[in-house]
Amino acid sequence: MAFNIIVLAKQVPDTRNVGKDAMKADGTVNRAALPAIFNPEDLNAMEQALGIKERFPGSRITVLTMGPGRAADILREGLFRGADDGVLLTDRAFAGADTLATSYALSMAVRKIGKVDLIVAGRQAIDGDTAQVGPQIAEKLGIPQITYAENIEAIDKDKITVKRRLDNGVEVVECPLPALITVNGSARPCRPRNAKLLQKFKHAKTVTERQVENLDYIDIYSSHPYLNLTEWSVADVQADPVQCGLSGSPTKVKKIENVVFQAKESKRLSDNDAEIDELMRELIENHTIG
Amino acid sequence: MNNLFVYLEIEEGTVAEVSLELLTKGRSLANQLNCRMEAIAAGAHLDSIAQQVFPYGVDVLHVFKEERLSPYTTMPHTSILVELFKKEKPQICLMGATIIGRDLGPRVSSALGSGLTADCTSLEIGDHEEKKEGKIYKDLLYQIRPAFGGNIVAWIINPDHRPQMATVREGVMKKEIIDPYYKGEIVEHTVSDFVKEEDYVISVIDRHIEKSKVNIKNSPIIVSGGYGVGSKENFQLLYQLADVLGAEVGASRAAVDAGFVEHERQVGQTGVTVRPKVYIACGISGQIQHIAGMQDSSLIISINNDPDAPINAIADYVITGEVEKVIPKMIKYYKKNTK
Repeated sequence: MAFNIIVLAKQVPDTRNVGKDAMKADGTVNRAALPAIFNPEDLNAMEQALGIKERFPGSRITVLTMGPGRAADILREGLFRGADDGVLLTDRAFAGADTLATSYALSMAVRKIGKVDLIVAGRQAIDGDTAQVGPQIAEKLGIPQITYAENIEAIDKDKITVKRRLDNGVEVVECPLPALITVNGSARPCRPRNAKLLQKFKHAKTVTERQVENLDYIDIYSSHPYLNLTEWSVADVQADPVQCGLSGSPTKVKKIENVVFQAKESKRLSDNDAEIDELMRELIENHTIG
Repeated sequence: MNNLFVYLEIEEGTVAEVSLELLTKGRSLANQLNCRMEAIAAGAHLDSIAQQVFPYGVDVLHVFKEERLSPYTTMPHTSILVELFKKEKPQICLMGATIIGRDLGPRVSSALGSGLTADCTSLEIGDHEEKKEGKIYKDLLYQIRPAFGGNIVAWIINPDHRPQMATVREGVMKKEIIDPYYKGEIVEHTVSDFVKEEDYVISVIDRHIEKSKVNIKNSPIIVSGGYGVGSKENFQLLYQLADVLGAEVGASRAAVDAGFVEHERQVGQTGVTVRPKVYIACGISGQIQHIAGMQDSSLIISINNDPDAPINAIADYVITGEVEKVIPKMIKYYKKNTK
């Protein structure tokens, strides 16, 4: 028994630890100063896929991402950790996509990949936190979904058993294949890169990368076909351009605001004993605390 | 037609807090729009739902009673909303930004091709002018939420697609009974007209509900820590202060992501919204997504070694200093001067 698995991944700015150097003078984040990373929960999803591949040799993992050319970095990252193949969906026509237009494009790419038993993705991406794209893809493909998964407990030819989070507990559910599973950050972390795979795949490139880096003359790309990362456009996945990008997005951003808080008249204190004691005395006396 | 719908989350016959909060918000939006508010109850034990929700101003309660609709699974509930919305053509649909709402909402939006905004912190009604086309849209739902890790606030609209869908976390809106004798209409639907047999594909084979150990939402005092606390060990100081004050410990997202403290304690847009009597912010810089979740606290004390930390702007007291130095002093004074 072997399974064809797609891991949906997104390259995101690392908004988790915004250090001082990434903050601009006006208090906003300088996104360019943030490293671009494999979305953390997508790595949890990757690990679930790798677990299946380990148990069922011959299973194939394809990492699928949509993004600009540089998102090929996370396809390589996937290969270093044990994926078999990477697909980059990239086209100017995808720009400005909201979650619905994104899910449409990715669902078309999934159809193009063809035979799929299982799709896994992170619960949500740290730059948007919407958790919408996974379920929206499942709906477009007409397959069941299991969100907030913590572990794939069992899988066989036509069904999968998954432990998932609830707001106030956990449940175990069973579902026929094919299915789409979104994996929670509380699932086990992804295994590290494998040194052998790093050696094997470090020169894996998309066709655009080969052109830009002027590598096309190097014949390793014809002698080692696994070094060719797949790159697809709107036309390649036979998507309707109107349903992609900005035009395919029902939600529009009306405006963006830098928030100005209702500033209060703050009382400023230093950390010396007298001032702390005075504050505490006041709070106890007026029954704010105590 | 074109009314405002709220999806009710129901556990063992009881409507979830977040749904009642949304009914309260939904009622005021419906009044502004001069439309009716309708609610959807799908599950097994629904006998007392009407009396639970009518006082919040529900005009129509759609009831879908069927054993297999409880516990919640994705596809049957999706089919109910999708088919009902095709008939009723709501202008707005609200649901909780809970695990259920975040599982169901995107599925429904994808089936209907309508826009959905997650984790809104505010909902308003207003107009929109599309300058290029010279088109004016009346009475849209402004779905307002922090974005990009909370450093900006985005106003999202869905000009051309209906329903306009939004999810909101528990605690963001305030729940309020508008009239204990409010009378709505109950419409009982035949579930099999909406749900196909093959929608029941997922079987729940085991389920454990745990009562949460952490209750920061209802705590009158919260001692909250950010990335600036520095470590899991330093967080112990916050627990000590909380312990003597009878408070709960909260945290910013950065502290949770850094592994200093568990996720249940996270205050902010992607955590819990709180309105305590006292909020003591320790080493929290004050990203918007955090402030969105605590700015209605009655009294805010900020302890931070950065005198210009953004959170200081909304604090009543700003203590400029090291958390590790200030907290022990507070504990010491409190212990000495109270019984």
